[in-house]
Formats: sequence, structure tokens, C-alpha cells
Amino acid sequence: MGQTLVEKIIGNNVNKTVKPGDIVTVDVDWCMVDDIMVPFAVSKFEEMGFDKVFDPDKLVLIYDHFLPATQVDDSRHFRVGDEFAKKYGVKNVHRTEGICHQLMTEAGYVKPGQIAFGTDSHTVTYGCVGAFATGIGYTEMAGILGTGQLWLKVPETIKVVINGKLPGNVSSKDVILRIIGDLTSSGATYASLEFSGDTIDDMSIASRMTMSNMAVEAGAKCGLFAPDEKTCQYCNIEYTDDIKNLRSDEDAEFARVMTYRAENFVPVLACPSLVDNIHPVSEMAGKKVDQVFLGSCTNGRLEDLQTAAKILKGKHVKEYLKFIVTPASRKIYRQALADGTLEILSDAGAIITTPGCGLCCGRAGGILSDGEVVVATNNRNFLGRMGTSKVEIYLASPATAAATALTGFITEA
Amino acid sequence: MSESFTAKIWVLGDDIDTDIILPTEYLAYKEINDMKPYAFSPLRPDLASKIQPGDMIVAGRNFGCGSSREQAPEVVKALGVSCVVAKSYARIFFRNAINNGLLLIENQELYDQVKEGDIAKVTPGKSIEVNGKTYEIASLPDNLMEILNAGGLVKAMRKRNGLD
Repeated sequence: MGQTLVEKIIGNNVNKTVKPGDIVTVDVDWCMVDDIMVPFAVSKFEEMGFDKVFDPDKLVLIYDHFLPATQVDDSRHFRVGDEFAKKYGVKNVHRTEGICHQLMTEAGYVKPGQIAFGTDSHTVTYGCVGAFATGIGYTEMAGILGTGQLWLKVPETIKVVINGKLPGNVSSKDVILRIIGDLTSSGATYASLEFSGDTIDDMSIASRMTMSNMAVEAGAKCGLFAPDEKTCQYCNIEYTDDIKNLRSDEDAEFARVMTYRAENFVPVLACPSLVDNIHPVSEMAGKKVDQVFLGSCTNGRLEDLQTAAKILKGKHVKEYLKFIVTPASRKIYRQALADGTLEILSDAGAIITTPGCGLCCGRAGGILSDGEVVVATNNRNFLGRMGTSKVEIYLASPATAAATALTGFITEA
Repeated sequence: MSESFTAKIWVLGDDIDTDIILPTEYLAYKEINDMKPYAFSPLRPDLASKIQPGDMIVAGRNFGCGSSREQAPEVVKALGVSCVVAKSYARIFFRNAINNGLLLIENQELYDQVKEGDIAKVTPGKSIEVNGKTYEIASLPDNLMEILNAGGLVKAMRKRNGLD
């Protein structure tokens, strides 16, 4: 009997063959704590009575949700993080460089086959390089910081196979939204969602990140891509036989296999207020929009900004509409600055902000109020997520977002 | 763990996400107690003030989906909620709740059979009795019972570190 990718990753970690349902204790390769959770994780760590971090070099602290601070107590989170880092010798602290889920692979931490936990549900993003990564609470994080270990149940695998060439106005965002719509918001609960097929092979790592990132919106424990040459290039490592083996065997057992033809995908939206409420953009066309948001750990990468720039070049967004652009990291910001992307977006009337999470979780910069409509490239349209509970949030691809910003109405690119 | 208790039921729907249980706006409050008035506010702004210690929540599928914020189960526990009964739970919320000693019960039938204000008798690991009917409930896996029995993960770790 063959093995799935997630069984191989976990099995390699615990040095034995594992099967779905097994409860195992893994050695953790990476821990990520974001600014919101820092004070809570620190107080639990101290309450537990630990006096050292199991390996300070395996912990990464990232300040992103509260940047720049908008409430009077926010900066306390940075202070608590800095004090903890100093006291326990934590060197990996990112204070202004970008969103945690972008940095964990971009800054060279997480590599194929590793196991990572973070205090944020979108930690699943690191599945884009073939790592097992998932979100946990701050109490479990405190336990890992003390012991270096965590228990987990080996998940079943739902395999998604996509072959063919995607239509020109369809991106990986439209693909993952369609899949979540088909699975429902709980259809992959506890499972490993694994993406494969030649459409996936053709995708950039950035496009894959968008899909891993949203695996949790179907309830999945992780969203995996088998590492290939592109992955190794991105991670700056050699494409060795060990890495080549990090893929599901032909005869592995899957809980479910979902097969798609790429040509059948169309641009879609997740309509209020659930991520699995999926409709074609064409069905919603003409709805008036007050704000468009391009950014987040889902779609704040260079290719996303470039897609928008291509649509907006030499044009201007609708006069009543606020178009907010947030690159996912400073590296991306500088790349977009260097290649002229930000200039095009700025000329088109964009409000360009510092890299961070603020608007996606309704914490800063662009909060909406009753009756307003936003088209956004992030990952959640939950009630009250980006302002009051009477805001309508439509999740979309960067191309749909840009086309909508131009007309002021929901528009297919 | 198997002491019976009676509880008044509050009914919520499917997909009660953690942004509903506690919006991001309030996550940075220093104390969980300060967050209590805002629990469930996007959906039902007055619910937190109506829940009395000992009450229980009955919900549909995928309770606690979304963010990993542990403030969500902590605030439900701080409101004094004795247990949550849902058709299913999102996995991060499930782990966080157990680590904080909040009792979660999975049951497919109850949600469709009760209404708000009904009184139930709950015997953890065994049954729920309400409106003259008895619903059997399962016990949790051993490794989770160990954490619950220790009084949550913090206490389990303190014990490991020789503090309690």
C-alpha cells in the first residue's frame, strides 16, 4: 500500500509508517507567533513554568496584524514580543517586513517536508512548498515552545486533480474558490487537501500559495503541493531524491478524489457571508461597489499586483470608489516599486499601504460601515470581518478586483 | 467528568465562525473577561448579556470555523457556558476548547430537535436528556481526556514541569 504526501511528511518526522487516524507526537521544525497572539502565548508559556525555549532559532515572531498600530494598547504586543525575544534569545523577529505567511517561506524558513505550526489559521499557506503546516492556539504554541513537540492525528487526504489550461481571466484564486464551493466550508475538516495535475505543475509558487492559504476555508488541516523544481528554486535548495519522493504514491489511498478540467473554470466570487457561497462573477455583474481591496496573505504578491496594473494602466478607478492596495511583504513592495507596478497603480488612484494584515481582518485602514459593499482579494467574508456586520464582502481574484475598481460595479475581467 | 448537570439552551446556526464568536477588534484586550460583552456580537449583539453561567449552546455544523484565535473558546468559557453541542466542529477550535477545559459534545440530532430556552440534563460521556428524549453521546479519545482531566493544557504542563 502506497502512502500519501502528508503520511510521508509525518512518517519521516516520527521515523515510522503512519496511517490516517494514528495519533502521533511530532518534533516541530518551525513555530510562528504573530503579534496578536504574542502576549497570550508568552503568559501561557510562563504560567506553564518553562524557563527556556526548546530551540530559539526555530521560533519566528512576526508583527503584522497591528501595523501601524491603530488602538492604544496595540504597541504593548510589540513590547511584549521584543522583551520575550531578548530574554530567551530569539533572533528571528520581523517587526515591519510583511505578513507572517508570506515571510515564513519568502525569508527562507520553511522548506519542503518540514512541520510547522503557527498561531494563525492561515499557517496552512506553507503547504505551497510541500510542508505540513497548520494553525493552533496560543496555549498549544506555549507548550511547543517549552517542549518542541505537539501531538496530532494523521489526516486522511482529499486529492484534487486539475489538468489543462486555465482561461486567461481565471487565476488560482478562482480555482480554489470553486473547490471550496464544491467541498463546502466543512467538507475537508481534519483532512489534508492535496493539489495536483498539469495545471498545478504550470502554476507559479505565488499562485500555489493562494490555494494553500485558503485550504482552511474548507476546514482542511493542511493544503499541500508536492515540491518540484520550481519549489526548490524558490526555497533556494537542491532538488534531491529525498525531495522528489515527497509526493503521494500512485497506489496511496485517498478519502476522495476530485477531478477538474482547467478549461471549465470561470471567474467567481465568494458572496456574503460564507466562503463557500460561490457564484460566477457574471451572475453578480453590475452591483455597485464602494471599495476594492487588493492584498493579504492570499493575494498580495507581485503577480497579483502586476495583474491589476495590466488592467489599470493609463486608466483611473471610479471616482467614488476607494481602491486599497497592500503588498504582502516589503520585498514585494520594493519589487513592485522597481518594475513600475506601484506607479501604475498609484496613477490609477490606488491607496497603497504598508505590508500587513490590517484591512483583511477589519483591524485597520479601510474599515467599512452599514450598507457598504467591498470586493476583496483576501480569504474571508465572514459577518463583520471588514467593518460592521452589515457590510457585504465579496471575495475575488486580483483581476476581478481591478476590473471592478475601474468601473465601480462588479465586473468580470 | 461524568457528573450530570442541567442547562438552559441557546440555539445558534451552522458555520458559527470565530469572527462571530469574538471579532478581531476585541482580541487585543488584556483580559478575557473584558472581551465577554462582545461575544457573538456580529450575529446577536445582546446574547452575551443574556447567557447565564451554566447555560449551554446548541449549534449546527462546523462550529468555530475560521481563525485560530483561542480567545474564542476562552470567552465562551468565561461567559460560564457549561458545554457546546454541535453537529460538528472546526478542528482548531476543537483543540483550543479542550486545552481550555471547555466541554464540546458532537451530536447530529439535538440541533434539529430543540428550541431556545429548553432545559437539558447533560451527563458528559453518556447522554443528554431534553423534552422527554434521551440522546446518547460519545466520550472523547484518551489523549484528549488526559488533558481535560488534568484541567487543561496549562495545568498538564505545570504538572510535567513539577510545579503542581
